[in-house]
Amino acid sequence: MIQILSEGDGKGMLLSMEHLTKVYPGGKTAVDDFNLEVEKGEFICFIGTSGSGKTTTMRMINRMLEQSSGTIKINGEDIAQMNPVKLRRKIGYVIQNVGLMPHMTIRDNITLVPKLLKWPVEKRNERAKEMIKLVELPEEFLDRYPSELSGGQQQRIGVIRALAADQDIILMDEPFGALDPITRESLQDLVKDLQEKSGKTFIFVTHDMDEALSLATRVVIMSYGKQVQVDTPDNILRHPANKFVADLIGQDRLIQARPSITTVGQVATKAISAREDQTLKQALGEMHTKRVDTLLVTNNEGKLTGFVGIERLNHYYGSGKRIGDIMDSNVFYVRKDSVIRDTVDRILKRGFRNVPVIDDDGKLIGIVTRATLVDIVYDALWGEADKSNSNDSGQTKETEDNPDKEAGKTESQAEVTQTTEDGDQK
Amino acid sequence: MINFFNQFGSQLIFKTWQHIYISGISLGLGVIVAIPLGVVLTRYKRISGFVIGLASVLQTIPAMALLAMMIPIFGIGAKPAIVALFIYSLLPILRNTYLGMENVDPTLRDAAKGMGMSNFQSIMRVELPLAAPVIMAGVRLSATYVIAWTALASYIGAGGLGDFIFNGLNLYRSDLILGGSIPVIILALVVDFLLGRLELLLTPKTTEEG
Ligand SMILES: Nc1ncnc2c1ncn2[C@@H]1O[C@H](COP(=O)(O)OP(=O)(O)O)[C@@H](O)[C@H]1O
Ligand SMILES: [Mg+2]
Repeated sequence: MIQILSEGDGKGMLLSMEHLTKVYPGGKTAVDDFNLEVEKGEFICFIGTSGSGKTTTMRMINRMLEQSSGTIKINGEDIAQMNPVKLRRKIGYVIQNVGLMPHMTIRDNITLVPKLLKWPVEKRNERAKEMIKLVELPEEFLDRYPSELSGGQQQRIGVIRALAADQDIILMDEPFGALDPITRESLQDLVKDLQEKSGKTFIFVTHDMDEALSLATRVVIMSYGKQVQVDTPDNILRHPANKFVADLIGQDRLIQARPSITTVGQVATKAISAREDQTLKQALGEMHTKRVDTLLVTNNEGKLTGFVGIERLNHYYGSGKRIGDIMDSNVFYVRKDSVIRDTVDRILKRGFRNVPVIDDDGKLIGIVTRATLVDIVYDALWGEADKSNSNDSGQTKETEDNPDKEAGKTESQAEVTQTTEDGDQK
Repeated sequence: MINFFNQFGSQLIFKTWQHIYISGISLGLGVIVAIPLGVVLTRYKRISGFVIGLASVLQTIPAMALLAMMIPIFGIGAKPAIVALFIYSLLPILRNTYLGMENVDPTLRDAAKGMGMSNFQSIMRVELPLAAPVIMAGVRLSATYVIAWTALASYIGAGGLGDFIFNGLNLYRSDLILGGSIPVIILALVVDFLLGRLELLLTPKTTEEG
């Protein structure tokens, strides 16, 4: 067996595609100057409208198609120099319609490539058991035929068939397109899980943006054979390269994604603050003119050091003390880089009207108001339909809900409060 | 009836054997040539139309004429008959092999290739097994033709059950005519039944129960 995927060559890229172009006989340019460097362990999604060249690009990787020009290298080695049959045995391939062999048992289907690689029969059977466990199907299924399995089950077998020979690169062409949403989601979880556990590299074609955004480490957006944008899901949501990408993502999704990509810093508004060395009189004057009941306190460098409420100010008024002497330094804040999704829970639960936002040096850069957060989160949950009544900013004028209401420990970063949906269990 | 058996019993067995021998060899050669040829044609689609067309033309030559045409080349006897019947057997098998292979779900051919099967492995492990029922239907059709036309081969001295029939026709003896044609019919039915069983055996299982 030739070790075509051996480490080395120094370039460090598992897969590199340079200036790939594919012109079909008849003159149709299906792929136009495609460039991509893929590192080991990446999960690349190709997404684009139908006919944008996703399948064509993918099929050049395992030489199901020959490119018209350009080079594809695996670990630095030009695949054009390799034996195509041996190359394909080293690359897992899940085709759109599963393509299980109807006349072979599930066991024989799973171990099809190991058999081509002449693994001994015990090792093959061992692998079949391992693999079917991986997708949470009973071992009895190994003796069944594909027609005796449901669509979702067949699709699972299709996925593990592409993994059974320890392929390092797995190509998947719209593998879940024909499945119902629940099965699809559970298979997406499975694939993501496999990828994270195994460190295998996936190239995954889809036309489902949700699928791409949830699975990919990087997304390649294609249109008419060209790459429109290649970036992480977050960056694509944050900065769609052009209107085509934005449309492809869709307005709803951009709104939905806001809590998980918008940082606190982006929605922060101006804070009303005082310096430690100011007099109480000055501070009270500031409160009056700005009509607020609490002032955040910073030192001379602008770092957040505490806060002071109007009652406390009143209490010490005339004592000759400075703000720094009477302020409460037990202040709750968030960092500007935390995303809203990760902070909103704690902020809302504590009932704060607003929370100071600091930068990496501890400097106060503003506040986020409860109203802003609620706005974003509600939009994400229910769309922008009823968006009329809740767009105020700045510190609110009511009294109670101040940072001292719950004098918790100051926390620097929010703990991640991701939710993972776990749809299917067989 | 009893009379017929008393008089021609041993001849009947001998002629039946000849009949089986001639049609068996013709059909066997047809299978050996037409199946691989049909497979190859799926890989050279551009000439497939021509080759299948040619086989169809051969098929349209009247059986008697084809048999007669063999005489100048092979003389008389079993040999020219076998060649002529072999030519007749080709078309149904060739056409069905080609169609059967072409009708295999292209997704499966694609999957086989994509997973790293060589062309030969794809044919042997995927396409031929899946095309088996269609190919066998062609073989059964050919078998029926060949057994029937072997009766005509008696005309060029090949022997077989046709001898009874032609004698009967010459002598106006219906017992000879029936004595020849009924075994031909029975033979055709039995062979078709047996090939049917073979077809079941060759049809790949797609469920656990089979
Ligand atoms: N075998 C072919 N011959 C000619 N044109 C083709 C062939 N396959 C695909 N195309 C064309 O190439 C373009 C890209 O196709 P494809 O890669 O299948 O797109 P996608 O997978 O993104 O839907 C399409 O316009 C399609 O019509
Ligand atoms: Mg496609």
